Amino acid sequence: MPDTVTAAEASPSGSLDGDYDDAAGYYTPGTPLVDGKAPEGPIADRWQNRKFEARLVNPANRRKLSIIIVGTGLAGASAAATLGEAGYNVKTFCYQDSPRRAHSIAAQGGINAAKNYKEDGDSVHRLFYDTVKGGDYRSRESNVYRLAEVSTNIIDQCVAQGVPFAREYGGLLDNRSFGGVQVSRTFYARGQTGQQLLIGAYQALERQIAAGTVSMFTRHEMLELIVADGKARGIIARDMVTGEVQTHLADVVVLASGGYGNVFYLSTNAMGSNVTAAWRAHRKGAYMANPCYTQIHPTCIPVSGSHQSKLTLMSESLRNDGRIWVPKNQADCDKDPRDIAEEDRDYYLERIYPSFGNLVPRDIASRAAKNVCDEGRGVGPEVDGVRRGVYLDFADAIERLGRDAVANKYGNLFDMYARITGEDPYSVPMRIYPAVHYVMGGLWVDYDLQSTIPGLFVTGEANFSDHGANRLGASALMQGLADGYFVLPHTIRDYLADGPFEAIGEDHPAVVEARTSVTERIEHFLTVNGTRSVDSYHRELGNIMWEYCGMERTETGLKKAIDLIRGLRDDFYRNVKVLGTNESLNQSLEKAGRVADFIELGELMCIDALNRRESCGGHFRGESQTEDGEALRHDDEFAYVSAWEWAGLDERPVLHKEDLSYTAIEMKQRSYK
Amino acid sequence: MNLTLKIWRQPDAVSAGAMHTYQLADVSPDMSFLEMLDVLNEQLNDQGEDPIAFDSDCREGICGMCGLMINGDAHGPEVTTTCQLHMRSFTDGETITIEPWRSDAFPVIKDLVVDRGAFDRIIQAGGYVSVNTGSAPEAHSVPVPKDDADRAFNVATCIGCGACVAACPNGSASLFMGAKVTHLGLLPQGQPERDERVVNMVAQHDHEGFGGCTNIGACTAACPKEIPLDVISQLNKDLRIAIKHGH
Ligand SMILES: Cc1cc2nc3c(=O)[nH]c(=O)nc-3n(C[C@H](O)[C@H](O)[C@H](O)COP(=O)(O)OP(=O)(O)OC[C@H]3O[C@@H](n4cnc5c(N)ncnc54)[C@H](O)[C@@H]3O)c2cc1C
Ligand code: SF4
Ligand code: FES
Repeated sequence: MPDTVTAAEASPSGSLDGDYDDAAGYYTPGTPLVDGKAPEGPIADRWQNRKFEARLVNPANRRKLSIIIVGTGLAGASAAATLGEAGYNVKTFCYQDSPRRAHSIAAQGGINAAKNYKEDGDSVHRLFYDTVKGGDYRSRESNVYRLAEVSTNIIDQCVAQGVPFAREYGGLLDNRSFGGVQVSRTFYARGQTGQQLLIGAYQALERQIAAGTVSMFTRHEMLELIVADGKARGIIARDMVTGEVQTHLADVVVLASGGYGNVFYLSTNAMGSNVTAAWRAHRKGAYMANPCYTQIHPTCIPVSGSHQSKLTLMSESLRNDGRIWVPKNQADCDKDPRDIAEEDRDYYLERIYPSFGNLVPRDIASRAAKNVCDEGRGVGPEVDGVRRGVYLDFADAIERLGRDAVANKYGNLFDMYARITGEDPYSVPMRIYPAVHYVMGGLWVDYDLQSTIPGLFVTGEANFSDHGANRLGASALMQGLADGYFVLPHTIRDYLADGPFEAIGEDHPAVVEARTSVTERIEHFLTVNGTRSVDSYHRELGNIMWEYCGMERTETGLKKAIDLIRGLRDDFYRNVKVLGTNESLNQSLEKAGRVADFIELGELMCIDALNRRESCGGHFRGESQTEDGEALRHDDEFAYVSAWEWAGLDERPVLHKEDLSYTAIEMKQRSYK
Repeated sequence: MNLTLKIWRQPDAVSAGAMHTYQLADVSPDMSFLEMLDVLNEQLNDQGEDPIAFDSDCREGICGMCGLMINGDAHGPEVTTTCQLHMRSFTDGETITIEPWRSDAFPVIKDLVVDRGAFDRIIQAGGYVSVNTGSAPEAHSVPVPKDDADRAFNVATCIGCGACVAACPNGSASLFMGAKVTHLGLLPQGQPERDERVVNMVAQHDHEGFGGCTNIGACTAACPKEIPLDVISQLNKDLRIAIKHGH
């Protein structure tokens, strides 16, 4: 394969000392992992071939097959609607009061698709190429190609549902460009694309609920996975209103439960976003892949004080017209920005990355902002002694395009900014700072989106496969909908073709075990009667994660974090205070379960970060950088997916490596200069 | 700021509720209203008193999960969601009354949390376009005039929070319904089911126990997404036409 030249071959030894493994004491090496479903042959034919080979299920039999879907965000709602339509018997769950409220609703910027409506050179291959490159060559080639391939169908589907995308005067769809790419392929609905896409999927789902093919369980939280005779066969859920612990059995289980960015406490995720569904499955044998890959988003509103419960993102599309700068001189940092002369401003992204400028990918923009603030050139209020903010300035854009045009494009974001900060961004530059936003890690899945537990499928942000070490803007929505509308329905039928599976009863030992573990946990939290609130533990965990496993990570920091987290876990189980009862709505109890799982996940994230002695994407290892401070990857040693197997509490997790190989694309060191 | 908070407490759907008074000190004007309640809840937890249940998720004004009556106004004194309301809208020493949405169609679950499942059931009655996955025509095959698309977007921004119902003296959900009917009615894709949609949604609305609209306009005044009152005229118009067509 002559075209799979790795950066490693270009610089055979890398800069790290080959045999040294600083994570060695923290994990057990496992057998390599291969994706048995990965198709071969020319990349453009792989998905067509897989679809054709997938076995069919006769319509009359579909009714007899049951599917549980946990999560009704873009990934879950689209899957539930499609599988319901196909005639399967679907049950779906979410923790909110309505599927319309899933976290996907908050996505602002847009959704990519290789439509080439702008005739600017876009194609399926280019979207594929940009996504693999953007993910720093740590995603799976076949999966990403498929994503690019079905992207065009997504737009057709959404338009048919009545999603009101932005249009041009001729009545055709409009596009814009997003961070990290040079073509306009992003479809959008003002700054509320996620909302409109989710409402489309939600309406399709409600239609199936009315038709009786899907039953919806709102305010129900999945707390355990049932694995019977080696297969995923159901879940234990708690009715969050009555506290009833319920058993739901099915032939197959799909997790579409979203990402775990809330492990950092402060993030742009919704308050309820959690890792519980995925983590409980992990403890039952599903491998967790690349857990340390976190995306930090550069354009969030800076932290204002310790009361803060979450951070707010402002769409990255702002970087199309806003210019990012900080004062050249520290002495100017507390001045009114309008009084700082042009020559005293450092437009650092334009200076360092002249060809991409303010549109460099998120990881680069984020780290550059952190660097200038660490140098003491940040702006805005001091929090804990440091100013953590940079200007995002629209003065030029307002002069060039006029205030109305700017208001038309970004008005709702400007209003939101003004509401939160109390400042008017039309007259004073906005202040932004990076925040945790998205996780590229998640449960390991094969090409069929099936986890290491047969019968457990994972879609959307909850799986790991498509974004590598860094996600380009506007591609998570694309992935969620691709998985739910177009991928899973084909691959799940291949699995279901083996059914119907032998019925299991509520007295099956696996069911009894899962139920008991749920009731015992609830009982434990309600009886510890310690002194500290759940939130205080969550906050402390978040501080540890941000400090040591955030934008920049080092061996010493990560080891320290692991110790701190282990201590925190002990204390949590002995000293947490959860009031109230199980038999009514009890938000502290809900949070306690989630924080317990976040603590265990946090430890694994640090171990994963320690193992990966390279910088790539959102993961920057201080020990691995070029002379001018850019991220340095080591393809010779780390071109693999880290898939972690649970070995038990206080046991070392087992690391299985899945090698990544590229046949349709050449691995290159990323450069945006 | 120091505040006196009068808050509705109700242990569950069947028990009687009552107003309770709490004192809260050191409230920063930069806090959101819900962060203020978080701080109160930490205080209650420390004192061994059950924290106050209230709904929220995105805390960005987009999911529609939050919603409180604050001093008698749905979502409080500003035109926004409760999560985007900040304490700088209040003054030191103020007494703030906090209650759940009140509507027969939104039963209280606990404290400030209500059940808005009726909204989902209205959508189930017809608030969608019947299109199966996989067979959609090429997106550019049906152009939509920009003005229609923009207006459809404007009304499609309804977040389903229920403030319109809570603010309405009749407890009508006409603004919510009007927004959906107008959104889909403006697009070519929404035409085939237009008559059926409005008739079925209105029937479900009445069945859920929402009241009739008498054009008071309290709904649009409380709506965080500024859904305009004329969606209700559109709703009525579509309903008349559908009836004329024999639905
Ligand atoms: C502020 C913001 C802006 C963004 N903007 C963009 C953008 O412009 N473009 C883009 O492509 N991406 C964007 N993203 C990323 C994107 O929105 C998400 O990655 C994506 O929506 C995730 O979808 P999902 O369906 O996988 O999960 P989610 O939408 O998070 O849905 C999770 C579902 O699982 C349910 N659930 C979770 N746990 C449980 C449990 N234990 N039991 C029962 N139910 C459970 C929830 O109730 C919910 O229904 C943005 C993200 C944020 C935070
Ligand atoms: S119409 Fe306005 S007030 Fe009513 S549910 Fe929609 S967004 Fe809320
Ligand atoms: S919490 Fe989502 S709108 Fe307020």
